[in-house]
Amino acid sequence: MDFGFSEEQNLLREQVLRFMTDACPLSVVRTQNGGLAHELWQKAADLGWLALIVPEAHGGVGLKWIDLAVVLEESGRGLSPLPIVSQALAATAIGRSASDDVKREWLPKIATGEAAFGIGLYDDPTWIDPEGIRLEGVQTLTGTKPYVSDATAATHFLLATRTDGELNLIIVDAKDATLAAQPGIDRTKPFGTATLDGVAPLAAFPMSNGDLAFLTDCGAVAVTLEAIGAAEAVLELTTEYATNRIQFGNPIGRYQGVKHRLADMFVDIESFKSLAYYAAWAIDDAPDELPRAASLAKAYASDAFARIGIDGVGLHGAIGFTAEYDAQLYLKRSKWVRSAFGDADYHYQRAARLGGL
Amino acid sequence: MDFDFTPEEQAFRTEIREFLAENLPPRAERGRGFMGEWLKKVRDKRWVGFSWPEEYGGGSGSLTEQTILKEEMALAGAPPLGTSSMGLAWVGPGIMQYGTDEQKRRFIPDILDSKVNWCTGYSEPNHGSDLAAIQTKAERVGDHYVVNGQKIWTTGAPWADWIILLTRTDFDVERKHDGITCLLVPMNSPGIEVRPIENMAGDRNFAEVFFTDVQVPVENRLGEEGKGWSVTISALANERSSIGEVTQMFAKLESLKNLVRSTNRQGKPAADDPAVHRRIGEFEAKIAAMKYNGLRYLTKQLRGEPLSSETSVNKLHRASLEIEMDDFAVELTGLAGVQLPGSEEAVDGGRWARSSLGWPGVVIGGGTPNIQRNIIAERILGLPKGLIPSRSGRMSYAEP
Repeated sequence: MDFGFSEEQNLLREQVLRFMTDACPLSVVRTQNGGLAHELWQKAADLGWLALIVPEAHGGVGLKWIDLAVVLEESGRGLSPLPIVSQALAATAIGRSASDDVKREWLPKIATGEAAFGIGLYDDPTWIDPEGIRLEGVQTLTGTKPYVSDATAATHFLLATRTDGELNLIIVDAKDATLAAQPGIDRTKPFGTATLDGVAPLAAFPMSNGDLAFLTDCGAVAVTLEAIGAAEAVLELTTEYATNRIQFGNPIGRYQGVKHRLADMFVDIESFKSLAYYAAWAIDDAPDELPRAASLAKAYASDAFARIGIDGVGLHGAIGFTAEYDAQLYLKRSKWVRSAFGDADYHYQRAARLGGL
Repeated sequence: MDFDFTPEEQAFRTEIREFLAENLPPRAERGRGFMGEWLKKVRDKRWVGFSWPEEYGGGSGSLTEQTILKEEMALAGAPPLGTSSMGLAWVGPGIMQYGTDEQKRRFIPDILDSKVNWCTGYSEPNHGSDLAAIQTKAERVGDHYVVNGQKIWTTGAPWADWIILLTRTDFDVERKHDGITCLLVPMNSPGIEVRPIENMAGDRNFAEVFFTDVQVPVENRLGEEGKGWSVTISALANERSSIGEVTQMFAKLESLKNLVRSTNRQGKPAADDPAVHRRIGEFEAKIAAMKYNGLRYLTKQLRGEPLSSETSVNKLHRASLEIEMDDFAVELTGLAGVQLPGSEEAVDGGRWARSSLGWPGVVIGGGTPNIQRNIIAERILGLPKGLIPSRSGRMSYAEP
């Protein structure tokens, strides 16, 4: 029984934290505009993070999602704009559903960062179900895929399509599609709508309903892991402010209206952290338990981080509402997380169904 | 990271299961003599005081083994392993840490053998959450202390044999935490009067306890004179991981789901209602969070890393969850839900309504949720302390 990280995982955590502090602080994050930050991307690749969950046989490190969890948590702490989540989902999808030929060609490119993936699964933004995938075709495609995450940073898109009721994943060169960048609340999570006009994909492979659910669960776990770091950053920022900000002759953190809210934030973060770590572990080591574990973690985090985001701004008072202050960046992330890969309603209800209701 | 147990730990789990299969009949088949036999058998197994050192009669169980024992007992719905819950939870550990050899010989075996029941004399009429400000006076006269004062909300006082009592031996102190002395007092001492208080559930299991010139031999002092606060603190710190509680809460959630399955709302099955699903999902997420929080904290302890006040996290969850689950059951079943045991219309024999009246007391008893929040905010997040009393007793915010 050991529900903690290893020494290697802790070293990896420190490495990511150092990278975020030195190379990618919020002052740099703020200058990003949806495109791929090539220098940072190359560094992330050099440090092996993009190869982490790619099998060794395909040029990867051959580790697990629970190792990647550390990278996601720490890059989430600094609101990293790098498309690491989409890259990891692409690696997972190809590793699970694609033919050996496709794996041989694409997994090494993912590992080195030569290909940077954007992901488009559901056409319907509120339907986590095979029915929510509408784009048709597999050999030549004409149509539109909305909500492609990290689209503006991507060199390639991994898109879900349907043919005669069967689901597929296709890999498309970003240059072969017409991309319309769409402004969203969180600029560190850029979106785009990809329009395809008679495009032949570079690769295509069938995806079962189970594979789609698995991939969606991995996505839910990934954004929840990022949310751990982000929520802790809000708590740290707000605790520091409450310790130093004097009103009525005292630090506001002395007043229970403030300190109890901060304590409740701690309780919530500790809790969805535990749920998310377990879910991340389950991806590779107990996949049967993943659906329930992912739903519990994502549901809890969706609501809790949203509250933390808004209170992080609110407890600062007016300064928290300014563009200059960082609290607002986290509030924006919390709004994005809430909707990504299923909201709290969806996941709580799914957990209840999985629990026998 | 792994969630497997060693072969030895698995063997221990098997041993417990086999024991329970043999010695724990279904509730309906438990006769009059069952409890006495049960207590003797688990005592023979050394599972009572399982975490206590063997030299005091405990089981010297490892942290993981304790977790397994609690989990299996809760899974089986087993009765407690002893009659003195407070004796096992903190009086015994307090005596082992601070007591004299004579005290250990005198008190520990009786706690393990369920021969003596303890109650806890902490709260006073004017000092509950602000426990360190207690005023019950103990004055040293020769080889005795003479105790005068009053305790209140003393759970178990109506039937307890002994009380662990916080008194003040020194009123002239800079810090209210100084000058407190912990005494072990027989409840049949002359000068003790117990007046039970009826709680909102209709039970009379807590009480006011009055002390008038009660003589307590000096050898019944636990720890040094004036150092009683550290005895209290370290005793409360003896609370371990809450795995047993979590198992019970998962069982309660299953009962709640069964209730949902057998309930119609507005003529339709409650089990098809998305709002009901959402609530059940929320309960499950919080209980699962408690489970994995507990395992993370257990891992910390196993690795010898210091555990701060993280256990307050699960205390806060449990406080709200137990009440919310009862209230959900009551609300789910409409006016049938508010029927108490004895009502012909009661749901599940009225257990949910009954339980919903009992939990508020438990929640307050372990330190109110707001006190837990203070603990987290001040000890973990490092926020400044709140109101501080000056020597004159006036409360003010301390200088920033």
